[in-house]
Amino acid sequence: MKQAVRTVWECVRTVSGDNAYERYLTHHAQAHRGTVPLSRREFYAQMTDQKWSGVSRCC
Amino acid sequence: MGNKILGVVLAIIAAFAVGGIALNRDEPINALWIVTAAVCIYLLGYRFYAAWITAKVLSADATRATPAERLNNGRDFVPTHRWVVFGHHFAAIAGPGPLVGPTLAAQFGYLPGTLWILVGSVIGGCVQDMIVLFLSTRRDGRSLGQMARDELGPLGGVAALIGTLMIMVILIAVLGLVVVNAMKGSPWATSTVALTIPIAILVGLYLRRIRPGRVLEGSIIGVTLLVLSVWAGGLIDHSETLRGWFNHPGPPLALAVIVYGWSAAILPVWLLLAPRDYLSTFLKLGVVAMLAIAIVIMHPVLKMPAITQFVDGTGPIFSGKVFPFVFITIACGAISGFHALVSSGTTPKLITNETDVRLVGYGSMALESFVGIMAMIAATLLDPGVYFAINTGAGVVGAAAADAVRTISGWGFPVSVEQMQALATEVGESTLFARTGGAPSLAVGMASIFGTSFGRGLMSVWYHFAIMFEAVFILTTVDAGTRVGRFMVQDLIGQVWKPMAKTSWYPSILISSTLIVAAWGYFLYIGVIDPNGGINILWPLFGISNQMLASIALSVATGILIKKGNFKHALVTFVPLAWLAIVTTTAAIQKIFSADPKLGFFAGANDLAAKLASGALPPERAAVAPQLIFNQHLDGWLTVFFTVVLWIVLVDMLRIAARRMRGQHVPTGSEAPYTVSQLNPANGDVNGVASGARA
Repeated sequence: MKQAVRTVWECVRTVSGDNAYERYLTHHAQAHRGTVPLSRREFYAQMTDQKWSGVSRCC
Repeated sequence: MGNKILGVVLAIIAAFAVGGIALNRDEPINALWIVTAAVCIYLLGYRFYAAWITAKVLSADATRATPAERLNNGRDFVPTHRWVVFGHHFAAIAGPGPLVGPTLAAQFGYLPGTLWILVGSVIGGCVQDMIVLFLSTRRDGRSLGQMARDELGPLGGVAALIGTLMIMVILIAVLGLVVVNAMKGSPWATSTVALTIPIAILVGLYLRRIRPGRVLEGSIIGVTLLVLSVWAGGLIDHSETLRGWFNHPGPPLALAVIVYGWSAAILPVWLLLAPRDYLSTFLKLGVVAMLAIAIVIMHPVLKMPAITQFVDGTGPIFSGKVFPFVFITIACGAISGFHALVSSGTTPKLITNETDVRLVGYGSMALESFVGIMAMIAATLLDPGVYFAINTGAGVVGAAAADAVRTISGWGFPVSVEQMQALATEVGESTLFARTGGAPSLAVGMASIFGTSFGRGLMSVWYHFAIMFEAVFILTTVDAGTRVGRFMVQDLIGQVWKPMAKTSWYPSILISSTLIVAAWGYFLYIGVIDPNGGINILWPLFGISNQMLASIALSVATGILIKKGNFKHALVTFVPLAWLAIVTTTAAIQKIFSADPKLGFFAGANDLAAKLASGALPPERAAVAPQLIFNQHLDGWLTVFFTVVLWIVLVDMLRIAARRMRGQHVPTGSEAPYTVSQLNPANGDVNGVASGARA
């Protein structure tokens, strides 16, 4: 039960983008070992700009 | 085996539900029949047709690495769990379109629109979305325009680019008109909608400065404030001094929306657009779920007849016969070309496995189509007389309430001034006559669904909550659309004059934003001053442009399928393409050549010009007549343009198909070569996917 709640919660966080920074850090630690990752603030700024530079909302 | 049993059971239920609808033609029908039929039809389409297309037509390969895996950069290319991508994709495609279209099309009765929403989505819209998503995934997430250029040639590419820009302009104008008509003369609605702007900015500052990237916290704060803004709007409405500040006719409100759109385009995204979008997405998902639950609790009886006399083309909300205009009016909800832009944008970069496109592409569209069904139910559970009184412009039935009531009752849909006044008072508005655009009648429908299910004493709050919900939704599209339009203008002018292509250069931002806002602002303003409500002109134009975009997407898809070599398989996209080409061209021909001034753009312009010259118009109408005449000419030429673009792309595709069939050289396209996936799809063990998200 506890596990199920946690799974749903993680799913909500992923869909909403709430844990995007944590996921980025995980990816960074694997793929770019040794370099300094972006700060939470920089990462959010980059994500937002990227998301809204193309068609991401519809009629 | 289990699959087959499920299919048979679903088919039997669907048959019963559809049979129930068909056999009860002369007595009122319960909305649950329609809900049941719809759900079963979607499940059948998903379980069998979509599965067959992914396996046989597209040959989706679970062992093939997707761009999300190959190009994983932790940002836009990220392998993501399919249910998460489904959520993202649904939030991206679902807009106000499926709410407005079915509401307007309800003038034909509930049956034509409902059938088109179901059939159109299952074999048209869902298929288009899924196949475009798949093709873009195979091509490293290329956009529709790029794919058109690669697969058909430069002509197709240019047509897709210009077509997209034009549809953006018409779309934003028509949505702006819907919001303006909902706010017109309503201090409660106007103040609530105005309050959503500072709320969005507050959330934007929170997410950027105070708690960067804590999206859930920011959204919860914002949604709470939005709900409070509905209550605050009520307080403002009850205060004699404050309500005067927010009580405006259409033109100043249109100007406000135009200034707002321009500001949103030049302000940084994090301040207004991004936070507004978080709020609108949360509201959207919440309201869709609430509406579905409430419809089941209330299980209303539909009061609208299955088919009204207006199928003959004399409809008061928009002119034209049921064929082809029901297929133009309901674009989103059945098939929407705009989705092809999203399906070839962000979503393909998140797909972990090729087989996920069935859930993400087909599934999301089926859900959006269901939203359209709910909008149809909300419109047709109203007394037809009330529905027509709300949705018909003063220019059609007369400005005086008594005239409107007499005309509408004369059509066989009895309604009284007292009934309309009582309803207006109940929802907290001064009047509900001639509130065209679809939003107010949908809000009345939603308020009665929510009111019956969750407490009728709050009708006025439910009504304004529904208006706020639609406005937040629409303004997000206005913001996002203006921004995309700005990038396109920068890209287009940048090809001739290099500095304009620098997207962050401020003069370039100002020039391009002003151009795009001026374009949609013009159509919005004309719509607002049109005594017939404007929506009857703009919405068909939007439908035609959206179906044109769908035709481009389906042409690209058909071209690729034909190049693959199995001509029979290409029918899955060619059949909806042929249908759209027939429907759109027929509608366009009628809009251009019809001698009926209500239907034909040029006939309408000539009729108005003749009345103006003979002095038959009252002074206030004569004052705006020259602008309306010019606009009808412009709309006529735009329709010509959309039709020509559609046929250019279609013929270009047929040319490629003919070359392929004769064994001649065709463009090779841009499909990425096969790479074996390192992610094991069997156990769902996907690197980079948050482990907890393996639902």
